[in-house]
Amino acid sequence: MSRKKLQKLTDTLTKNCKNFNKFEVKCLIDLFYNLVGEVTERQGTTIGLDRNAFRNILHMTFGMTDDMIMDRVFRGFDEDNDGYVNVSEWIYGLSVFLRGTLEEKMKYCFGVFDLNGDGFISKEEMFHMLKNSLLKQPSEEDPDEGIKDLVEITLKKMDHDHDGKLSFTDYEQAVREETLLLEAFGPCLPDPKSQMEFEAQVFKDPNEFNDI
Amino acid sequence: MGVALTRSAQWTAAGYGTRTLEITPLNEVILKEIMMFVESFIYKHPQEAKYVFVEPLEWKTNLDPSAFESGYIVSETTVKSEEVDKDGQPLLFLSVPHIKIRSLGQLSRLLLIAKDRKLKEAQACIEANRDPVTKILGLDYNTVKEDTSTVNILDKITKDEDPESEIKMKVGMLLKQLDLHLLNHSLKHISLQICLNPTTVKNDIELLKHFSGKGEQTVLESIDYTSDYEFSNGCRAPPWRQIHGEICYVLVKPHDVETLCVTCSAEGVFLNGGKTEDEGEINYERKSEIYKDLVTFLKEKSAKFSENMSKQDIRFTEEWKKENEEPKEIPKKEEADALPKAFLASSKNILEKNQINFGKTQMTKRLEPSLNWKATVDFKEHKSLLRDTQEEKHGGRLERAGPPVSPGRAQLVRKSAEKIEEILSDSSSENEEDEEPPDHRQEANADLPSEYWQIQKLVKYLKGGNQTATVIALCSMKDFNLAQETCQLAIRDVGGLEVLINLLDTDEVKCKIGSLKILKEISHNPQIRRNIVDLGGLPIMVNILDSPHKSLKCLAAETIANVAKFRRARRAVRHHGGITKLVALLDCAQSSAEPAQSSLYDARDVEVARCGALALWSCSKSYANKEAIRKAGGIPLLAHLLKTSHENMLIPVVGTLQECASEENYRAAIKAERIIENLVKNLNSENEQLQEHCAMAIYQCAEDKETRDLVRLHGGLKPLASLLNNTDNKERLAAVTGAIWKCSISKENVTKFREYKAIETLVGLLTDQPEEVLVNVVGALGECCQEYENRVLVRKCGGIQPLVNLLVGINQTLLVNVTKAVGACAVEPESMMIIDRLDGVRLLWSLLKNPHPDVKASAAWALCPCIQNAKDAGEMVRCFVGGLELIVNLLKSDNKEVLASVCAAITNIAKDQENLAVITDHGVVPLLSKLANTNNDKLRRHLAEAISRCCMWGRNRVAFGEYKAVAPLVRYLKSNDANVHRATAQALYQLSEDADNCITMHENGAVKLLLGMVGSPDQDLQEAAAGCISNIRRLALATEKARYT
Repeated sequence: MSRKKLQKLTDTLTKNCKNFNKFEVKCLIDLFYNLVGEVTERQGTTIGLDRNAFRNILHMTFGMTDDMIMDRVFRGFDEDNDGYVNVSEWIYGLSVFLRGTLEEKMKYCFGVFDLNGDGFISKEEMFHMLKNSLLKQPSEEDPDEGIKDLVEITLKKMDHDHDGKLSFTDYEQAVREETLLLEAFGPCLPDPKSQMEFEAQVFKDPNEFNDI
Repeated sequence: MGVALTRSAQWTAAGYGTRTLEITPLNEVILKEIMMFVESFIYKHPQEAKYVFVEPLEWKTNLDPSAFESGYIVSETTVKSEEVDKDGQPLLFLSVPHIKIRSLGQLSRLLLIAKDRKLKEAQACIEANRDPVTKILGLDYNTVKEDTSTVNILDKITKDEDPESEIKMKVGMLLKQLDLHLLNHSLKHISLQICLNPTTVKNDIELLKHFSGKGEQTVLESIDYTSDYEFSNGCRAPPWRQIHGEICYVLVKPHDVETLCVTCSAEGVFLNGGKTEDEGEINYERKSEIYKDLVTFLKEKSAKFSENMSKQDIRFTEEWKKENEEPKEIPKKEEADALPKAFLASSKNILEKNQINFGKTQMTKRLEPSLNWKATVDFKEHKSLLRDTQEEKHGGRLERAGPPVSPGRAQLVRKSAEKIEEILSDSSSENEEDEEPPDHRQEANADLPSEYWQIQKLVKYLKGGNQTATVIALCSMKDFNLAQETCQLAIRDVGGLEVLINLLDTDEVKCKIGSLKILKEISHNPQIRRNIVDLGGLPIMVNILDSPHKSLKCLAAETIANVAKFRRARRAVRHHGGITKLVALLDCAQSSAEPAQSSLYDARDVEVARCGALALWSCSKSYANKEAIRKAGGIPLLAHLLKTSHENMLIPVVGTLQECASEENYRAAIKAERIIENLVKNLNSENEQLQEHCAMAIYQCAEDKETRDLVRLHGGLKPLASLLNNTDNKERLAAVTGAIWKCSISKENVTKFREYKAIETLVGLLTDQPEEVLVNVVGALGECCQEYENRVLVRKCGGIQPLVNLLVGINQTLLVNVTKAVGACAVEPESMMIIDRLDGVRLLWSLLKNPHPDVKASAAWALCPCIQNAKDAGEMVRCFVGGLELIVNLLKSDNKEVLASVCAAITNIAKDQENLAVITDHGVVPLLSKLANTNNDKLRRHLAEAISRCCMWGRNRVAFGEYKAVAPLVRYLKSNDANVHRATAQALYQLSEDADNCITMHENGAVKLLLGMVGSPDQDLQEAAAGCISNIRRLALATEKARYT
C-alpha cells in the first residue's frame, strides 16, 4: 500500500474515532497490516482478519479462553458480517474494546451476550454461557443444577421487569448499579493487565521503534 | 530463690562470667516477684530486715548518690547508710558505681529509691550475684537446704539457740517461701506456653502425612518417624531421651529444602544434629530454636510449605474438624479448639501473642479519664465486664462458654464488647483475645435463618466457580443485608471468609473488588475483624494498596480502616508496611499526573486519599503507628488535606490528627505545619462530628503555650465559646469544654473568654452534665479563677455552690480539677465565706484521705487559701476532729507534690499558735526534718517555710537541730530558685535563735552563702539573711567574751 493511501486512511479513521489519537490509529493500522500479512493483500478482494486469525489474537494477546465468547467478540467486531474484520472494523472495534466509555462497552457487551441477536438475553442463552463456569461435582445428581441456580440468581439480580429475560434496559440498569456486572456472562473485554501490555507494545514511541 | 533462679530463669547462653538475664516475659515476672518480695520486706518483717548478710551483695548500680535522701550520709561519689552493723560498718555502701548491701532492709529501701529503675537494679543485682541465698545465709546454709528439708534447718538452728540465728532461720524460711512461690509462678507461666504431648504430636504428623507426597500441590514431599517402635506412652524416643522430655524424631523432606531431622519434645519442636550415616544414630543436640509445634517449625524452615499450607488451609481445617469429631473425648475440646488455630497461625502470630503476654504487665499503664472521656461514659459497665473477662481467664477456658441465651442478649454482649474494644484501644492487652463472645458455629440447624442457606450456596459457587460465576456470586452476596449480624456470621460460618480472602490473592481485579466490597461491610463486626486477621487477611490487603487500580486501593483502605480497630490488627498493618502505603495514598490528591490507563472501575483521587485517611485514623490509635505515620511523612500530607473543604475527607483527617496529637512530637509538627489555623477554621463547620474532632485536636495540642496563642490569633476562641451553648451533643460538648480548658491556661485567652461570656456559660454547665464534660468545665473554671474578675464573676453567677457540691464525687480527675477551682475561688474572702458556709473546707479536708496522690496534693493546695482567708481560721481548723493529725501524717507520703502541698498547708495552719502546739504534739518536727534531704525545689521552698513557721513554738528550734534538719537547709542556699533562697533564709533566721544551730550553720558554710544574699534585691531575703548572720555573729562574740573573761 502506498504511503499516500496509508496517510489518507489514517486521517479518515482518526476523524471517525474519538478514542484514539492519530499516532495510535497509525500504530494500530500498522499492526493490522502486519497481522493480515502480505498474502491477503495481494488478493485485493477482502482484506481482513478471518475468524481464526482474530480468535488467535484474542487468545494470545488478551488471554481469552472461552470459545463461544471469542466467537461472539468476533461477531461484535465484524459489523458487516462478511466473515472478516477489515481495517476500519478493527480500529472501531478496538476503540470500544480498549477505550470505550461505559455506555459503549455496555452496548458492545450486551451484543456479545445476546447470542441470537434478538435484543434479549434469555435464560437459555445465559445457561449456555455459564455452563462451564462451575466446577462439576460428581456427587451431585443433576450436574446442571448449580448452573440453573446461578442463572436464577443472575435473573433475580438483573431482571428488573421480571419477564424472565434480560432486555438491554434491564442490563443497563443492573450495570449502572454494579459495574462488576458489565461482563456478567463471561469476559469479553481485555483484562487490565493484558490491555496495558498490549497498549505498551503497540503504541511504542516511534523513536524507540528503531531499536528493535 | 536459688532454685528458681538456677532452674527457671532464662539466662543468655553467652558463656560464664558475663551471663545476663534475657529479657523474656518469664524473667520479667520472676524479677517482679522478687522485687515485690524485697520491697515489702521492710514493712512485713521489720525484725528480719535488720539481719546482716554473711557476705554483702555487690553489683554495679546506675543510681546516683544524689537519689539518696534521709537515712544516708551522702557525698559526691559515695553514700553510706546511717544504719550500721555491730562493728559500725554501714549496711549500704555505695562508691560509684559499685554498691554493697548487707541487709534486706537496705535492699528494700534501695528499691524504693530506685523507683522506675528498680527493675534494672534488681536485674543487675541478680546477674552479679548468681547465688544470692548463699551470700545472705552463708555457704553451709544453702547446701543444707539443697539436700534436706527445712526440718533439718530447724534442728540445726534450735541447737544453736541464740536470738541471732533465730532471725537467720526466719530469713531462711522466708527466702525458701519466696523460692517456692517463684517456682510455682514460673511453672504456671511455662505451662501456659507448652501444649505438646505425644498425642498432639502424633496427630500433627498423621495429618501432615495426609498432605504429603509428590507433586506441587502437597505441603511436603515426605514425613516419617525415625523409629517404627512406639512405646506404650505414645513416645518413640528411646527411654533415656524420654527423660529429657523428647517424644519422637521425624525426618521431614519439604519441597524446597533438604531433609530435616527434627526432634519433637514436650518443650517444642527443634532441629537436631541429624542422623549419622553409618550407625543410624541420631545426634540429639539441638541445632535450632525451639518452635511451638511442627507446623510452625516447618513454616519457618520451608517457604514452599507455608505457601502450600495456606492454600490447603481450608481443606486442612475441615479435615481437622472431621478428625476431631471422631474421638469421643469431650474434655479435650480445649485442645481441639486451640490446635487448628495453631495450624493456621503463622509463627509470627505466635510471636505476637508472646509479646502480648509480655505487655500484660504494662496493662494498667494509663487511663486518663479526661482524654479517653469515652471511657468514662460506661465506666461501670466496662469495669464489670473487664472483671468478667478476667474471671473467665482465671477460671480457665473450659468454663467460659456461657451459652448464648437468646440472640438479643448475645447481640448486647457483643455490642458492649465492641465498645470496650474501642475504649481500651491502647491499653487493652491480651484480654482482647478472650473477650470474643462465645461462638455459635455449630448450632442446631433447625433455627438457622434462610439467609444462612442462601449464603452457603453462594459460597459454594465462590469456591467452585470460575471468574464469571464468582463475580455473579459476589454481586448476589452483596445484596444481602450485610450490616445484619446473622449474615455476617453466616458468611464466616460457611467458610466464606477464607474464600473471600483467598480471592484477594488472585489476579482477577473484578473478583478482588467484589470480595473487598463484601469484606468492607462485614468487617464492621468485631468478631469478623478478628477472623480476618487470624486468616492473614491484612498483609494481602496491605499489598493491594500498591495496586494501580484506585477503586481497589480505596476498598482495601476502607476495609483496613474497619479491621484495624483492635491492637493486634493495627500492629499487623504496621508490620507489613501498611502505614507507609497508607500515607502514600494521602499523596494521591496532589499528583495530578493521571496514569494513561483509567478503567471503568476507577475512583477519584480524592476518594483514595479519603480512604487512606480513614484507615490511618483507625491505625493511629496505637502509639507505634503514630510514630510510623510521622516517619512516613504523614503530617505534611494530612496538613495539606486539611485545606480541602470536603467534609467526609476532613473528618478522618482531623480524627487522625486528634488521635496523634497525644504525642509530643506531633504537637510540635502540628504547630510547624500551621495546622491549627485549619482546625480553627473547621470549628465553624456545620458538621458536628467535624467540630467535635477539631475541638478534641485543639484540646490535645493546647498543652503548649504557643499553640494556645495560635488558637487565639486565628480566632478560634469565639467559635469555641459559642459552641458551648449547644449542649445536646455531649461528646462534642466534652471536646469543646476540653479545648476551652486547655486554652484558658493562657491569661490572654481567659480575657477573650470573658469577653465572649463563656465563663457564665461554663458555670451553667456545672450541673446536669456527664462527668467527662464536668471534668473539663471545672478545669476551665479553675484556670479562669486565677484572675480576680473571673472569681467575682463565678461567685455572682452562683458557681460556688455547684463547685462545692462536686467535692463529694469519686472521679479522680474531676476531684483534682474541682479542688483546684475551689482553691482558686477561696482566694476571694467573699467567696471564702460562701465556701465556709457550705462546709467546703471540711469536704476539702476529707479529700486528704483520698487514695490518689494527685487528689491529696490538690486538696492540700486548695486548703492553703481557705485557711488564709477564712475568718477565725484557727478555730475552724481545730474543730475538724483528727484533722491535724491527718495532715501531719501526710508528711510520710512519698509523693513530692503531696509533700510540698502539705508543707504549704502546715505553714498556714501553724500561723495559729494553738494549732501549732497541736501539730507539734503530733510530731511535725521530726517529720519535717526527715524530709530535709531533698533536691526538689518546690518541696524545698514549702518545707523551709513550714520549718520557719514551726520554729515559733516551744523548743521546736532546738528540736529541728536535734533532728539534723539544719545542715541540709544550708545546702538549699545553693539552689537556683530565688523562692527557695527566701524561704530558706527565713527558716535559718528562725533556727539561728538557738546556739547549737548557729554552730551547725557555721560549720556547713552558711555564713558565706548568706553574706551573698544580703545583697539581694529581695527585701525579705535580705532581712532574713542579715538577721541570721547577726545571730551567728552574736554567738561568736559571746563565746569570745566568755573565753577572755
